[in-house]
Order: sequence, then structure tokens, then C-alpha cells
Amino acid sequence: MADGIKDKVAIIGMGCTKFGEHWDKSAEDLMVEAFQEALTDAGIEKKQIQAAWQGNQFTEVNIGQSALPLASTLKLPFIPVTRVENLCASGTESLRGACYAVASGACDIALAMGIEKVKDLGFGGLPRANEDIMVMGTKGRLIYPNWVNPNPGMFGMMALKYFERYGYSIEEGKRALAKISVKSHHNGSMNPKAHLRREITVEDVIKAPIISWPLGLYDCCGVSDGAAAAIVVRADMAKNYSPDPIYIKSMQVAADSGEGLLYTDYDYTHIEAINRCAIKAYREAGIENPREELSMMEVHDCFSITELVIYEDLMISPRGKAIDDINAGFFELDGKLPCQPDGGLKCFGHPIGASGIRMVYEIYKQLQGKADKRQIKNPRLGLTQNYGGQPPFGVCSICILGH
Amino acid sequence: MGRIGIVSYGAYLPRYRLNRAVIFKALEWLNPGGMTGEKAVSNFDEDSLTMAVAACINATDEIDRKKIEGVYFASTTAPYCERESAAIISEALDLNPNVRTGDFTGALKSGTVALLAALDYAKGGGGNMLVCAADCRLGKPGSSVELLFGDGAGAVMTGDENPIAVFEGAYSSAADFPDFRRSEGDKFVRASEERFIRDEGFAKIIPEVVHGLLKKLDLTPKDINKIGYACVYARDHATLGKKMGFEPGQIQAPLLAVAGELGAATPLVTLSAMLDEAKPGDKLLLASFGNGADALVFTVTEEINKLKNRTKLSKCLAAKKELTSYEKYLVFRGILPIEIGVGQDIAPTQLPLAWRERKTIMALYGTKCKKCGTPQYPPQRICVNPKCGAVNEMEPYHFADRKGKVFSFTEDYTAASISPPLIYSMVDFEGGGRFIFELTDCESGSVKTGMSVCMSFRRKYHDIERGIHGYFWKAVPVKE
Repeated sequence: MADGIKDKVAIIGMGCTKFGEHWDKSAEDLMVEAFQEALTDAGIEKKQIQAAWQGNQFTEVNIGQSALPLASTLKLPFIPVTRVENLCASGTESLRGACYAVASGACDIALAMGIEKVKDLGFGGLPRANEDIMVMGTKGRLIYPNWVNPNPGMFGMMALKYFERYGYSIEEGKRALAKISVKSHHNGSMNPKAHLRREITVEDVIKAPIISWPLGLYDCCGVSDGAAAAIVVRADMAKNYSPDPIYIKSMQVAADSGEGLLYTDYDYTHIEAINRCAIKAYREAGIENPREELSMMEVHDCFSITELVIYEDLMISPRGKAIDDINAGFFELDGKLPCQPDGGLKCFGHPIGASGIRMVYEIYKQLQGKADKRQIKNPRLGLTQNYGGQPPFGVCSICILGH
Repeated sequence: MGRIGIVSYGAYLPRYRLNRAVIFKALEWLNPGGMTGEKAVSNFDEDSLTMAVAACINATDEIDRKKIEGVYFASTTAPYCERESAAIISEALDLNPNVRTGDFTGALKSGTVALLAALDYAKGGGGNMLVCAADCRLGKPGSSVELLFGDGAGAVMTGDENPIAVFEGAYSSAADFPDFRRSEGDKFVRASEERFIRDEGFAKIIPEVVHGLLKKLDLTPKDINKIGYACVYARDHATLGKKMGFEPGQIQAPLLAVAGELGAATPLVTLSAMLDEAKPGDKLLLASFGNGADALVFTVTEEINKLKNRTKLSKCLAAKKELTSYEKYLVFRGILPIEIGVGQDIAPTQLPLAWRERKTIMALYGTKCKKCGTPQYPPQRICVNPKCGAVNEMEPYHFADRKGKVFSFTEDYTAASISPPLIYSMVDFEGGGRFIFELTDCESGSVKTGMSVCMSFRRKYHDIERGIHGYFWKAVPVKE
């Protein structure tokens, strides 16, 4: 078996813009801001970067096609620059590209940039799904139920099945989900870079308008503009640049192959790709008991129900028991395994291609002890996780980081 | 050649009924009205073509559709001017590719013209021909025809194989009678004065063909058990029958108070009503009206007792839901433009893709794995069953006629819909196979997991900018 990527690559510099509705900033502005922060943090010169990756989902909003936007904005001269896109995993995919390049020996220093400028659409939400992102290509326009973003509905259907299977009424289930959002708003309120910085109550969540039944407004993450960047080097060179480099322990991706959507075995109360991805990631990182060994997590809470099933798919909570952990405060900032210390997609915001690197940014800062009011005590290992697509049919990425 | 006639029949009325009182309430300042009863109005995702498909499915519920040799479609409201509706219908019904198709249009009598063409086909030695007629005509808000017109479809299959009603003969007349008209670019039907339409129109033209046919067949009104005719206005219906020499008990009740004037569909829907009640030996006389008229006589045979389903139209009349909002009716019919969400415009239809995938889209074909027997939609090359994974071992598998169950569902308020929330569901088909389908003909709060659904051919989108009507299948809750 291949020996994996553990401890072969280190992050020496990171940058992340404030996420939000940046009406006055372009994708270029955001990329430069994230990049300059990362470059300063790494203490290197731009010309030392030997390869770069750009992760973004929507080419049609401001950014455009190819990786030339990154190359031309940052003026990266004549190096390989590559655009990667894997839905909401796009940011992590760009980091994976950079890490694999360094680990392979193809280069010593590489840049990963995640960027999205969705608010230039001029309307709420994401670009119409049937245009580009349907899992069956443009055939999806002709057979999928609607011609906009089906994500809230697909996750809503998962919530219904989860409540049914584990014997929760809609009211009980919604109350448990509400606590997930309340927790993330609490954490986000302490984060100056977060998009949404207001504390909310369980009652606020329960009473909010329905978006896609049974999910309401506060069960859904924000849609934001933003960029995040990471500079990675060969692990053996890391200390030459940084006093506190953070090491990649694992990077894994798992894509569903369609069974969940088309085959009746799928129970719709979990996401198989996340579970499979986690098994591979823990093996690569040498983690045997994630519930005990992980210090913190930044997971893909595009919807509250997603975060709930992720707890189980990552094997933190036993199947059907995540609500017990939620009620026990297990994932609170002062709990046993803090989740979404930066506010998560829910409050930090979700510029699709930037989100994966934003999660790594928080873990990186936490591991360096630079997370300010949100600082977790003595963190050792942190996990980030993205899921792009819809419950029966999507792609999961996981990154585990540590000292 | 055996006796030719009608082999099977069916009807379809959309689920919504608009009580004319609702229209009065909205427009009494404009039109004090006078018409009572309710009219059938199609859902926002229905048109003449989808209603015709539904009527054809109803008409062929006991028939192997592979034995059908053609489809004739009659309507004055076909979705396309150029692009044949009957061809689209034959794709949706999954008929053989070598069928004969034709659209009959222009006149309100086109339903009987199509029926006669199909009977002539059988007379000439041809086999089963499916004839369907549907209309969803629009009257201008405030007009009396707005009150009058309803939406619906009828279908019959003609042929010489054990007909349930033998065709005895027909009598036709043509007249460029200027009662109703709609020119290119017109959204609404224009009508002449009602007294003129009555006195110079149906009150002369219908008796002419009815008496002409009785004479031709050497029959008198007493020989006819039931007569159905399309005389536009409810108040003149009984008088006209009496004038033609029929007793009230011989006259098929008009649909005007329960469904509205159904345009080209009126004769076939009326025929369905007659056949729902007919007994072997009954002589049925059917007359259309519109730019002339056709009269036809059928003799019902013993075969009709062999049909398992004899509640074709009566079931449609019973399965109804009140539409209580006039504004909603205007929106459903595209009269009142609404905001369905900025940026939710329709993506271009890639026609080569749509053509290549037509079995998948229009006939709801998936595949079934020959190795493990797993049905799967849409068609796969490599089996989706994780324990199988067979490559290129698929056979076509037809999902459209299969029932399913709601595995999970949602009511989506963010999705673009003319009738939000958009309700969609993960549907598990009986016998295997799963996919996500939009649910239609149901309201928020009415859907439950485990509920049974059947598939219904609907208009998925109307891309007005590019002139494309997109069709696909939706799931409709069915009573167990």
C-alpha cells in the first residue's frame, strides 16, 4: 500500500479574507488580500513559489475560466498554474494539488488558492444548478425536479429520513438541529472575519421561515464572497521558513458513485462518501479513535442536518446518537471536541471554492495558538471536511492537520 | 375484416375546478356574468398535449400499446405550430417508431374529423389507431367565453379487433361559420354574438347532420338510445335536443356545468361519458360542432362488458380540487406574469442531447441489469448495484407505467415554481429503481413518506424566449 502523505508536507503561510457580501471588492481584490497575508505569514518571496492551484466552482461569476485569473492577478510568472473544481470540495482540492506536487518532489514550494465571488450574481443563492453543476451534466436540466439549486431540498429530505429512522418527531429533530446552528453563531460572533456575527437562540431557529421543509432559514449556511490561500513546502524544509509550521497528516477525497441516488439500499440518513473518506483519512493519519484523538473539527455544515450526519459519518458519534452528543454540549467551543470554532459555513460564510482552505486556516491558527477568543486549549490534531453535491451523490474531502 | 369501431376509450380532466362564482367575485365590476357551475382548469404544468397523453393512457389501460398503429391528435391549442404534437404523444406513450401520426387542428370539430380519419384507416384495412383530442382555450378576462371554456381531453382507440362500439356511419358538413376565431399571435379566443352563434350556427348545423345521418342509416330519433352533441351553451342544450326529436332521457347531459366547453375535446369526452353508461345494443349518436359538424352513430356490443374499467370520465369528474383563487388561475394559464425568482430563468435546451435521450426523457425508460435484475433510472452502462457492477448487460426498462412510493420528500420554497412550494420526492418504484421526481397535483402539507404515486407526463418548462416546451414525468399521489 502507498504510504500516504502524512508528515511530508507543511503549511508555512496562510491568508484568509473576511467572508461576506463584498460588493466593493472583485475576485482579484480578494485573491491579492488572501495571498499577501499568506506570503507575509510564510516570510517568503513570491518568486519562490514554483506551482500554484486555483480552486473555485463558478466560472461564470466574475472569475472566468482556467487558472489564468490566479496567474494574472498575482502575476505568477511562467509557472504551472492549474484550476481545480470539485463542487464544495474545490478549495481542499486546490490544497491537495499543491500538497501532492510538493510530496511528489515535483516542486519545493507551492500555493493553493480558493476563491469565489458568488455575490456578483445579483440575486440570493447560487447560480442556477441546471446550467452547469448537475451531477448528470446538462441532461440534469431535462430530468431533475427543478431548475435552480436543489441542495436545500436534498438535505431537507435527509433530515426527514433521519428523524423518521431514529424516532424523533419533526419538532424534536428541528430543536436538535437548532442547537447546531446556535453553537456556530456563538463561535462566529467571536470571529472578526466571519460573515454572520450575531448570536441566535433555539427559538429563533425554530420560528424562522421554512426554506426547504423541514429545514428553515437558520438551518442553512450563508452565501458569501471570499478567498483563502495556503503556502506549502516540503516538510523537511519547513523549519527554514517558519517557527511553527503545521503538518499535513492526511488528505483524502471520496466521491459517491451514484448508488445512493439510483439504488434503493441507501437509507438517506448518512452520507456514505464521508464515512469512506474518513476511514481512509484516519488510516493515513494513524488515528485509531477519532472521538478521543481529534482536538477540533471544521466540517461542511452547509445545512444543520449535514453537520449532524457528519458527526456520525466521521465516527465521532455512534449511529443515531449524534443528538445525544449535541445535547451534551460535546461539540461546543468548550466541549470535548469543538466543532466549527470559527463559525463554520453557517456563520463564517460559504464562498464555495474558498471554504476548504478557510477551514484549514482556522485549524492552522488554532494549532499555532493564534485563534484569539476562540482559542482551544492545547489542540493536537484538527480535521477539516467538505462535501460537495447532494446527500446521495457528492464528493467528500478531508484534511487532517497537526504539529 | 371484422366490424370496425371503438376498441377502448378514456378521458382526462385536470384536477382543478374553478367555480364560475370565483370569476364573478374577481370581475363582477367588469362582467356581471350569469353562468353557473364550474370549469375544469389545467394545472400550471399541463397543456393540451399532456392532457391528451393522460387520456390516451386512460384509454389504453387494458391494451398492449405496442399494438397501436398510429396516433391522431386534435386540438386548437397545440403547444407548437410547427412540430407535431402527435409525434410527441407517441414518444411519451412509447409507441412503435413506425406508427402513423397526425395533428388535426383549426376547427372545434377536429376531434370527430380525427376520429373519422381513424375509422377510415380501419376501413382501409389498418389496425388500431389512437385518437385523442384536447383543448385548453383561453377567454379574455372579463369575457363570457372565459366563463365558458374548460380544459380536458378524450381518447378512443379505433380498430376491428372486438370493438366495444361498432361504427355504423357518419354524416358531415362544412361551413365557414364565424363563431369563434383565433389568429396567429392571439392569446385569447374571439367570439361572435351568442344569439348569432345559436340561431345561425349550432341550432341549424347540428340538426342538419343529425337528421342527415339518421336518414342515411334509415333510423329515427327513437332508435337512438343516447345522443351527445356539442352545442356550446348550456341553456340551449335541452331545447336543441327536443327540437331534433329526442326525449330528455335520450340526451346526454352536457359537461358545461361540471367541466366547461372543452373545445375540440368535447365530442370525445362526451363519448366517454356515454360509454361509461352504455349497455350492449345501445345506439349512440355523437355530433360535433365547429366550422361545420360531424355526426356518427355507434352500436355498443357485448365486448363493452369485458372492460374492467368503466368509470373513465366519472372518475375524472369525481377527482377534483377547488381552485379558490382567480389570480392563481391567471398565473397558471400564463395570463398574469409573476416573479418566480430573479436569476431563475430557464437554461437552454440542448436539442441533440434531448433527441439522443428521448427514450429516457419522453418515455421514462431506464435500464434493468440482466445479471442482477436491478432496475435503474436513468439508463446506466455499468450496473449501479454495488454488489454487481456488470458492464454493458443492460436491457431497456419502462418506468412510466409503474407505481412508486414516496421514500422522502421536501417542500422547497427557494426553488423556481409557478406554484410554490416546489414539492419533490425520492421515489422508490415497485419492482426496484429510485429517482427524484417533482410531485404535482398535490398541496403543501398533503404529502407523507410511504405514500403511493403514479407517473404523469407534464410540461416541465416553457422556454418562451427560445420557443421550447420541455416535457417530463412527474409523480402524482394516488389513493390506495
